Amino acid sequence: MSVTFLLPGQLHELAGGQRRVVLDGHAGTVREAFANLRDRLPALYDRVLTEQGEVRPHVNVFVGRDNIRWSGGLDTPLEPDPELLILPSVSGG
Amino acid sequence: MPTEPVGSDAERGDVLLMVGTTKGAFFFTSDAARQAWKADGPHFPGEEVYAMALDQRGGSPRLWAAPGNPFFGVTLRRSDDLGATWSPKDQRPVKFPEDSGLSINRIWQITPGPDDQPDRMFLGVEPTCLFETTDGGDSWAPVAGLLEHEHREKWTPGAGGLCLHTILQHPETPERILVAFSTGGVYGTEDAGRTWNPRNRGVRAEFLPDKHPEFGQCVHKVAHHPSRPERLFLQNHWGLYRSDDWAASWQDIANGVPSDFGFAMAVHPHDEDTVYIVPMESDGFRCTPEAKMRVYRTRDAGESWHPLTKGLPQEDAYETVLRDGLDTDSSEPAGVYFGTRSGRIYASHDEGDSWTLVHAGLPPVVCVKAAVIA
Repeated sequence: MSVTFLLPGQLHELAGGQRRVVLDGHAGTVREAFANLRDRLPALYDRVLTEQGEVRPHVNVFVGRDNIRWSGGLDTPLEPDPELLILPSVSGG
Repeated sequence: MPTEPVGSDAERGDVLLMVGTTKGAFFFTSDAARQAWKADGPHFPGEEVYAMALDQRGGSPRLWAAPGNPFFGVTLRRSDDLGATWSPKDQRPVKFPEDSGLSINRIWQITPGPDDQPDRMFLGVEPTCLFETTDGGDSWAPVAGLLEHEHREKWTPGAGGLCLHTILQHPETPERILVAFSTGGVYGTEDAGRTWNPRNRGVRAEFLPDKHPEFGQCVHKVAHHPSRPERLFLQNHWGLYRSDDWAASWQDIANGVPSDFGFAMAVHPHDEDTVYIVPMESDGFRCTPEAKMRVYRTRDAGESWHPLTKGLPQEDAYETVLRDGLDTDSSEPAGVYFGTRSGRIYASHDEGDSWTLVHAGLPPVVCVKAAVIA
């Protein structure tokens, strides 16, 4: 069992220069997947979620093609061996 | 300017301008004459840099910057080679405790602590709080007395967010610290941060039904000179004030200015009664009055203010200088510097009597800090 995080370029530095982070273990929800990330790579977790455990406002997390914003948020259920895609939103000026 | 930052090559006696913008940080370096400037940047391209500082207490210059990524949040970075390299993103996290219910949005101020405590520093952050380190910046913690202040739920954000932008220490009594934030106003501690009390008597809140509340003022900047720390100057959201009693009371000193609205304020490095401001027309039109780029200077602690215009555009200059966009260096004669939201940096090497354009075309400037390399 594993969880894979696919990272945007801005976060590669926090994953040893890698685009893909694979963590061993089971995660039944996105929240559990991020808890796993927090244990292993806390600095990377801090860039994606706030101190209050919420996904930062201008960050999108996808499971497959679905943005978790509309699929249950952090409580979105995960299939075995999921891939979570993290992307910055298109906001900004 | 090269597009790849390499850091400043400033040497002892040179002047370093640290410029934070909404899209990165830039350095401008000059020798003591301050006639020609060498540009470097952008550092942290694409990230807003509201706070920078040069800490020279440890015997060698140490740069600090707080780049804020618009997507992934703010980090605190350090450089011991004037920007040639920076510490990694994952060091020195600045975080609120989970049970606070708060999350860091921006670091507004980086302030070295007392000279005899080189490992002590402070950060002013949004939402309003003061963070402190006693280990040279390796770890940071919020000052509990302010984090848990009973007024917190009544502090409300201004256009810049609920930002703590000013940190002033009493040089002889380090337990005494003043902070200022918008909105909330000036608060002070006499016991090294355990308790804090509002110190806004005389400062008006034009935007509230009660014009003189105990707290809730929108103070934009406070400044003082270490040689006379009890004498303070305050640029308010409408209002220009002086205190001679460490903020116990404030008196109006808007004598001869075209507007008492503004953001930036800086004290002369060698004269406690000389202060610089850049008035804005109003809160509805936050631009230089009459489209003239004028810095105003008092040499008599606010009894009178006079415009400084030589070398600055006096027509069609709809400029804005934000609260940390003005600073002085410690040279003799003093240098004065400011940056605008239109991306222009101006410098004076003669205490404001004349000005030159250092650079145009930067992203909007939100922070200007000047230092002479010791």
